[in-house]
Amino acid sequence: MQTRLRELTDTARQIRRDIVTMLGESGSGHPGTSLSTVEIVTALYFDVLHHRPKDPAWAQRDRFIMSKGHGVPAQYAAMARAGYFSTDLLKTLRKLGSPLQGHPVYGATPGIEASTGSLGQGLSIGIGIALAGRLDKAAYRTYVLLGDGECNEGQVWEAAAFAAHHKLDTLTAIVDANGFQLDGRISDILELEPLGGKWTSFGWEVREIDGHDLGAVLDAFTWARGTRGKPSLIVARTVKGKGVSFMENNNQFHGVAPTREEVAKALAELA
Amino acid sequence: MPLTKRLGPATRDAYGKVLAELGATRPEIVVLDADLAKSTRSDDFRKRFPDRFFNVGISEANLVGIAGGLAASGKVPFISSFACFLMCKGYDQLRMAIAYPRLNVKVVGSHGGISAGEDGASQMSIEDVALATSLPGFTVVVPADAPSAEALTRAMAAHPGPVYIRTGRPKAPIVHEKTEGLALGKGVLLRDGTDLALIANGLMVWEALEAADRLQADGVRAAVADLHTIKPLDEKMVADLARRCGAIVCAEEHQVWGGLGSAVARAVGESCPVPIGFVGIADTYAESGDPDALLRRYGLTADRIVEVARKTMQNKRQRQQARAMGG
Ligand SMILES: Cc1ncc(C[n+]2csc(CCOP(=O)(O)OP(=O)(O)O)c2C)c(N)n1
Repeated sequence: MQTRLRELTDTARQIRRDIVTMLGESGSGHPGTSLSTVEIVTALYFDVLHHRPKDPAWAQRDRFIMSKGHGVPAQYAAMARAGYFSTDLLKTLRKLGSPLQGHPVYGATPGIEASTGSLGQGLSIGIGIALAGRLDKAAYRTYVLLGDGECNEGQVWEAAAFAAHHKLDTLTAIVDANGFQLDGRISDILELEPLGGKWTSFGWEVREIDGHDLGAVLDAFTWARGTRGKPSLIVARTVKGKGVSFMENNNQFHGVAPTREEVAKALAELA
Repeated sequence: MPLTKRLGPATRDAYGKVLAELGATRPEIVVLDADLAKSTRSDDFRKRFPDRFFNVGISEANLVGIAGGLAASGKVPFISSFACFLMCKGYDQLRMAIAYPRLNVKVVGSHGGISAGEDGASQMSIEDVALATSLPGFTVVVPADAPSAEALTRAMAAHPGPVYIRTGRPKAPIVHEKTEGLALGKGVLLRDGTDLALIANGLMVWEALEAADRLQADGVRAAVADLHTIKPLDEKMVADLARRCGAIVCAEEHQVWGGLGSAVARAVGESCPVPIGFVGIADTYAESGDPDALLRRYGLTADRIVEVARKTMQNKRQRQQARAMGG
């Protein structure tokens, strides 16, 4: 377990380096939101998901949806490192003709399960996928990653009510609770707490963790797989911009790519 | 006079600037945004009048509904987000809370068209004009540059009904050296001509001017009109151009279904049917990329306008010949 954790920690560091490098290369994008998801995405692609990177259409694969679509650079990096496509492709992010679109596009990139980028929609799509799995008696699980700001959207709560009503226990949602949205802090814009309590009252099993503690992230996914009769929610308390000192809790880096100098500085910190 | 391209501020910058000015003299103005105030520039108003500004969070349907309530209670709400989110996620609310009761709300969609760029199709708006013009009673405006966006924002504020205005992300080339006389529902003839009329709005107005220059080398004298208001359309100007030029090309950064071209075709069909060519986004979503590269990739350029103009001129000649032969 300790070596496994060490390996995953190293993969997470590599993914952070990829994120910074690819956003520097593209000259636009969302560093902060990508960096806060890294442990969650690493755990999913390198431990939790039953998947075949070389066979992304494998019918029995677990499904993962990046509902906060602007965090997709983290997903692209994890997918490349997991073998879905060459890491060389990462530098084409956001360039004309690239399969790596600025937000996830179903059909454009192998392994992307839904087009997102208009916040609030991924959980409903995940419910549809999980429902289809139930109807088909398939064994796959469905995972959806949401932003905390994204939970402003009413559709998230419509979906939450439906999943609980239909006891969709093959569905797990993770909220990347980094405390920020676009124009500032969640607590200044639209109070969301008690976040876990809201989901509990909607009928979900809820567990709250430190979203950067890989051991806790893995444990939470094990717990989620074991829940019966209810969908499960992981509230991952995270730091926006995690891993790069000058990006941490600095919402300037919500939607601004690092300059060449900033990339070099960040990579030195992530060495 | 040769054309010189001079980039001005983005139309969203012009909007933000005027909105903040209006706040000083119009205490009934209340501004709401759905967590994109920095991008839409409604943040300029927030800085000066924080008590009359609300970030409702990422909840566009709620944004529109709240605006309806404020307007029903005597306030004049200006609400903004990206055009795609505001129009697509708030559409039933625009219908029920604003259009149907005909309330005085100003709806501002930024990052219109595909020139939003690298973020990709999910953040772009290629259907907002079609949606907005389908709301009974709405005035729908797509300014071409910062000077006209300033003037039209003032005009919109003075207008007592629901208005949708689309603003853009990139810096826009200046096409209006002067803005006196600019009014909602009134097209602007930027250049007169007798052979063909180029009717455009938004960023395509500059491209139309460039195209007119190039067409002149073919011996085609093309008129260029900025039809910033799609609804109500300046039907008088459109009919007059159709009659005088006998052929029209419409150009817009929007799907060809339901935008400026559709509106012009309807008007011309009623008043003076002539051949029309359409420059706009075909039946497709766009993708991520540098804005200029995207505009080229999706055919929103002077080159494309020239190409369509030549085809339309050919249609016109064929019709004239057929008529001369009694066909
Ligand atoms: C429907 C919709 N409205 C607005 C936006 C613009 N937008 C992009 S990211 C963002 C903030 C998201 O906050 P959060 O979900 O907390 O994610 P974070 O970036 O903090 O990780 C907003 C408002 C959007 N993408 N979709």
